[in-house]
Amino acid sequence: MKVKELTEILEGSVIYGEDFLEREVFTACGSDMMSDVLAYVKEQAVLLTGLVNPQVVRTAEMMDMKCIVFVRGKKPDIAMIDLAQEREIPLIGTNMEMFTACGKLYAAGLRGGSGR
Amino acid sequence: MGELNFKYDVLKNDFTCAGEASGKIKRTLKDLGFDSNLIRNVAIAVYEGEINMVIHAEGGVITCDISPECITVTLDDKGPGIPDVDLAMQEGFSTAPDNVRQLGFGAGMGLPNIKKYTDDMVIETQVGVGTKITLKFLVK
Repeated sequence: MKVKELTEILEGSVIYGEDFLEREVFTACGSDMMSDVLAYVKEQAVLLTGLVNPQVVRTAEMMDMKCIVFVRGKKPDIAMIDLAQEREIPLIGTNMEMFTACGKLYAAGLRGGSGR
Repeated sequence: MGELNFKYDVLKNDFTCAGEASGKIKRTLKDLGFDSNLIRNVAIAVYEGEINMVIHAEGGVITCDISPECITVTLDDKGPGIPDVDLAMQEGFSTAPDNVRQLGFGAGMGLPNIKKYTDDMVIETQVGVGTKITLKFLVK
């Protein structure tokens, strides 16, 4: 699924990364707990989270994640956007709650990782 | 390629910058052309270690030695030390304060995660003095 498609499905808006909308994501992970995100490697993943702090972008960077979605209308601050820009990770915002956002993407064919 | 050495300072309670050192190591390994899975393992393990240093210690030093066969990272902090290493290695055990949990850490996954992504992990710790963790990643 392309970043552009998941943005449409989530009725979201692009906070940063208009240039990366054609990027493909294969798996997804929804969590506010970064330690849990770091426990399971996923390929070409999108991270859905309601947490807003620079460690969200850092976690995505370490995990080679392709996109971050902020749920429940959460807005990253300018320092986070700058960091995402440096690391070339697109940021998407949606007003949907975590459960709904994950459910919509799952219904559209996106899956979790191997669970290892 | 010969041996390369890097050194980074980690500051106490600097959550904004936590991840700078691991990010730099990650980009260096990428520039040197290492396998992307290996790089990710190093990045995740060092990042968890760096977060631990920021949360629990008075800051410290991260070193990274890179050879064609092995990447060795040490995380050396001045801090409270770990009274019971076996307990600290259990998933879910955490002594992190609430403000750290609000940042998405402190789930008691740090040390178990580090071990999971490394080929060898050695913890040397002394209560009231500090902790030194040595991580080895074999280049396959």
